[in-house]
Amino acid sequence: MAETVPLSLDQVPAIDRKYRIQWEEAQECYVLLFPEGLIKLNGSAGEIMKRVNGTSSIADITADCEKSFKQPDLEQDVIAFLEIAHERGWIGIK
Amino acid sequence: MSADGLESSSAPPSAPQKVGHPMWLLAELTYKCPLHCVFCYNPIDYTNTFNDELSTEEWICVLKEGREIGAVQLGLSGGEPLMRDDLETIIGEAHQMGYYTNLITSGVGLTEPRIKAMKAAGLDHIQLSFQDSTREMNDFLSSTRTFDLKNKVAQLIKQYDYPMVFNCVIHRLNIDHIDKILDMAENMEAEYVELANTQYYAWAHVNRDHLLPTHEQLIRAEKIADEYKARLGNKMRIFFVAPDFYENRPKACMNGWGSVFTVVTADGALLPCHEARMLPGINFPNVRERGLKWAWYESEAFNKYRGDDWMQEPCRSCPEKTKDFGGCRCQAFLLTGDATNADPVCDKSQHHEVVLAARDNAARKSNVIPSKPISFRNDKNSRQLSADGIV
Repeated sequence: MAETVPLSLDQVPAIDRKYRIQWEEAQECYVLLFPEGLIKLNGSAGEIMKRVNGTSSIADITADCEKSFKQPDLEQDVIAFLEIAHERGWIGIK
Repeated sequence: MSADGLESSSAPPSAPQKVGHPMWLLAELTYKCPLHCVFCYNPIDYTNTFNDELSTEEWICVLKEGREIGAVQLGLSGGEPLMRDDLETIIGEAHQMGYYTNLITSGVGLTEPRIKAMKAAGLDHIQLSFQDSTREMNDFLSSTRTFDLKNKVAQLIKQYDYPMVFNCVIHRLNIDHIDKILDMAENMEAEYVELANTQYYAWAHVNRDHLLPTHEQLIRAEKIADEYKARLGNKMRIFFVAPDFYENRPKACMNGWGSVFTVVTADGALLPCHEARMLPGINFPNVRERGLKWAWYESEAFNKYRGDDWMQEPCRSCPEKTKDFGGCRCQAFLLTGDATNADPVCDKSQHHEVVLAARDNAARKSNVIPSKPISFRNDKNSRQLSADGIV
């Protein structure tokens, strides 16, 4: 496993090309699909990952989550999750 | 329900099991294959399906039904799936339905026009199998001349911007080349490497004396794989699947019978695993008669080994039964004659000595050629072995 790299608000994450995220109606959750495998994402992980599009910065993603869920101060949660996603190779940083 | 009359309550009874979704659907599109690998897991009697393969429309229908009940990972396998000239159509339809599509191939028949068409149809990934790092051993094990062709296919996979998933089945004839195999994968810039130790079913079961490595071979190989893992990390992810014959607890086969995985065979049988069709006395549903949804939730076959009512001792009272589900039903049948026995890989099994004997045999034969010749997976041997009653 790679080491955890600290991320900052101005960085722009993109889903790694080996992965695809999609909503699964039967499971009622977002899943991350990759060669011969899948990971079910929990509610907040799914909401963050679906906003990762290669153009929005981490600040944009955070603001959008805060607006959608009418909840302030999500910055640390979003960064903490994206650092894990980065460490696991699900996302890259532009 | 236990056959030996023992009733035990040392393990708590499991809560009534909620049947999950068949998230994985493996489509074994055809058992035709240009390779003749000695470790093939296809049924011994695969030739019986040749005149009975599902049509394109029948495949599309079963895939649609799979999506409706939650299947999302689709394996397109065989045999060699490229032997089907409607592969591109099936991929296109599956992609439209939202499947993540995995082509599992030897590479034989993967020309540039075909990979281009599959990319356009939405194919997500290609797993390419190798038999060894050398042309001689690759070509011997598959009984073909395919090594150079596989190398060309590996280049095509890169050229079409697919993640390179490199698979090599490991056994005593190639396990000592593990460093060379990993070097070859690294040179190809593989992103995933599966070093899958042979599982001893079907053709590999017939050829086990030739294929089971010694414990020393295995320990050395695992150590080398660990060194490559430490060096390459996420750049090239290495999965070393250990052979269960050297474990003392069984694998949680398929994560439990009818839990997350279903196979559709070339002729439409619906199975909870690749090998289940060899089990006697089970009437497996066929997509031509009843749908996948009915098969998954309602059929006797898919419910047969769910939960733990079917278990005998020592599984029944074992606290680990919720972890490994008693191991593999097919291995229990192959090695003990009764699919409801504990998988004899488990050292609590009264049949564990058959696994110990296989290990001893492998150790003794380190310098001796087995008396029985190796059986290549080909149509002639299929008919001969089936006539002899081998499963």
